[in-house]
Parts: sequence; C-alpha cells; structure tokens
Amino acid sequence: MSKIHVTATVNGDPAEFLTDPGTTLLDALRDELGLTGSKEGCGSGDCGACSVMVDGRLVCSCLVLAAEAEGRRIETIEGLAHGTELHPLQQKFLEHAALQCGFCTPGLLVAAKALLDANPDPSEEETRYWLAGNLCRCTGYDKVIRAVLDAAAVLRQERRAA
Amino acid sequence: MPQFDYVAPTSVDEAVKALLAAPAARVLAGGTDLIVQLKAGRASPGAVVDLKRIPGSIGIRREADGGFTIGAATSGAAIGEDVALTRAWPGVVEATNLIGSTQVQGRASLGGNLCNASPAADSVPALIAARATCVIVGPAGRREAPVEAIQAGPGRTTLQPGEFILEFRLPPRPRKSADAYLRLIPRTEMDIAVVGAGVNLVLDGAGVVTEAYVSLGAVAPTTLLVKAAGDALVGGKLEEAALEQLDAAARAACNPIDDKRGTVDYRTKIAGVLARRAATIAYNRAEVR
Repeated sequence: MSKIHVTATVNGDPAEFLTDPGTTLLDALRDELGLTGSKEGCGSGDCGACSVMVDGRLVCSCLVLAAEAEGRRIETIEGLAHGTELHPLQQKFLEHAALQCGFCTPGLLVAAKALLDANPDPSEEETRYWLAGNLCRCTGYDKVIRAVLDAAAVLRQERRAA
Repeated sequence: MPQFDYVAPTSVDEAVKALLAAPAARVLAGGTDLIVQLKAGRASPGAVVDLKRIPGSIGIRREADGGFTIGAATSGAAIGEDVALTRAWPGVVEATNLIGSTQVQGRASLGGNLCNASPAADSVPALIAARATCVIVGPAGRREAPVEAIQAGPGRTTLQPGEFILEFRLPPRPRKSADAYLRLIPRTEMDIAVVGAGVNLVLDGAGVVTEAYVSLGAVAPTTLLVKAAGDALVGGKLEEAALEQLDAAARAACNPIDDKRGTVDYRTKIAGVLARRAATIAYNRAEVR
C-alpha cells in the first residue's frame, strides 16, 4: 500500500508528511512532525489526552486518520504559548496546581482553550460538561475547573484592556 | 490498524465506484465508531471511503418549504450551533448533542450514528419520530427512504453494496409542533442509552394533538417506531388516561436485552416513563409556539 502525501497547516505553519492509510493524525503529529505534546491515553476517543483542533473544531486526534488532514488547519498544544510566554490557561494551571502527572494536561488545555474561544464567560457547570471528555486520574478535576475559570477571568480582563 | 486503502472522492459517482471496487469497503464520516472498530480489529475493510469531500455531505440547509436538509457527515457540534434547526427541531438537536464528549461532537454525524446501527444510537429515535428521511445514493442512482428503514439489526443496515446516505431531510413544521428526546443513563454524561425516547407532536390551535410519533431506542434490536404509542395521544391534550395508554403501548413494544446497563424489566418500565416525559416536554414546547 503506497504512502499518502499530506499537506496541512499546523499551528499556523505549512506542514507536509507521508502517511499510511491506517495511521492516525495523533501518530502523524507525534512521529512524523515531532509534536509529542498530544498524548495517547486510550486510543479510542474516551480520554481526550490527544485533543487537537481541526478547522476550528475540537476533536480527538486518535480518531482522525492522518490522511483526512489534507488541506486542513490543525492546532495543537504546541501552538498555545507565544514563544516563552505561557498562555493564561497554562499559567493558571501552574498556579492552581491543576496537574500532577501531566499526561492529560495538553488535552485539557486545548479543550479549555476551545471552550474559552467559544464562550469567554462559562459557568462552572458549562465548563464541567465541556471538559467531560478529558479524563484526569490525579486532580479530581476541581483544580482544573478553578484554573479554567480563573484563566477565563484573566482573558476577559485582557480583552477589556485591549 | 489493519491495512486498507484510503480514498476521499469528490463526487457521488467516484464514491460509489470506490465502495464497489474494494472488498467490504467502509464509509467514513466522523470516524468516531469506524476508527474505533478498525483499531480493535472488528472491521477490516479493503478501503475506507471518506465522504466529507463530496458536495452535500456536510452542511445544513433550510428548504423553501420550511424543511431542513442535513448533510450525513455534518458534525454534531455544527448541528447544535444551527439556531434555526434547533428552534424547529429541538428534540433532534438535543438527541444528536447527547452523543459522546465535546471532542466526539466535533466529528460524530447523523449518517454515522444511523449506519453504525447500534440499537442505542441517540439521534435515531429523534429522527424517526421527526419522520426524517434519508437520501441514499448508490449504483442504481438516488432513492429516499424513511430513517426507520435503515437499521436491520445490531451493526447491520439495509443499505445495498455501493450505497451510502448522502443527506437527511426533515419535513416542514406546522406552527404548533415540537419534538423532544430523553435518554436514561446511569450517570450524567458520556454513556450509552439504557433507553431512549423521541416524541414529535403537532397540535391544533386549541392544543389538541393532531399528529404524534413515538420512537424508542435500546429496547429492541433496532430503533422502534411505536405507532400505538403515538395514536394514544392523538385527539387529546395529554390527559392522564392518554399518557397511561402511551406508557402501556411503549412497554408493549419493548423487546430488550438483559445486560449490565439494564434488565429486561427495568428497560421496559423506563421506556414507558421516558415516553411520557418526552411527550410532556414536546407538548409544552409546541403549546407556546
């Protein structure tokens, strides 16, 4: 079976790679493009550790074929910080100790960013439902939710100041 | 994953050819069921045919008659964001948005939910109650079939080789009409229905039910359209006697499995309860329109 040539935009930059039909977008990001921030937790779309944005939609990259990425706009955890300046979500995750082992963190951050882009002022309930597809076995979620709501407040303030 | 060819045709004709060319070829829409099956070795197709580049497979259109056409590969997230569709068909939209997590909603589609043919598929009872139809394309051209004609049993459909669903059609809405979908799961989110119930009602100006459709999921090998349950509501205003009749008709239609999610007795009892509650929600929604 011949390799498929895929051209896509990844975190704003053009990217291309060769893939087998049976390779997932997650594996292509990690193994072909060296973007190892996205994690494989379950590989079946249950845990959210592989969350990325495809054309502005939050998806599990373990349930996307790499070949489907042709011409698409992909955003991963690697695109969240500006150089060495952390995104407010990342900063708040640190301040609230919203992680322990860190395996779910990239997926949670990507999913939380998608939430705040769509809804700058989510309630705690909306935040918990939105993040229900991101499993964390360390924090018990409470610190994660507090970090996201705190980051939302920071982002709203930044937007008002701008 | 097993080895297969990946094709992303840009026309219906190409897609039909690709589906016929490879043994056991599978259609890919959102992949939230298919890719899981591929990884688990439960499907080993010669080719995976991605529908998403075919015109019409993605998108929501309001038709001149007030009905809606929804591309079969349109994501649940896009369906939930469509204000006009949500207003006209709140039950269809709430059922669709119950499927999986936010991430799954970013990909999961009506076509996939129907053709995966799980008896517990959440969008299917709502679509059947809505009297939705599927536009099916294939080697013999184009045909239209009601949604309830597609599931043949768990994991099986009535689609012929080379056929796939391109889009769904929802009929125009009379003024006082509404639908609702409820499901029972043992937790608050991210689970498979123990029972699902979709109800779609049309009322006259005085609030009397003139049309009623009731569909039940997860209580039989395929999603059921329970005519007797709908008939129980016609001619009244959801009086207790009518609701009791609806409840009894829903229970009588059940032929569920016993498994870890629910026993036969429990599923049967709950089918009646959810049918009543969904009917009440649909009625209250229709009344204020």
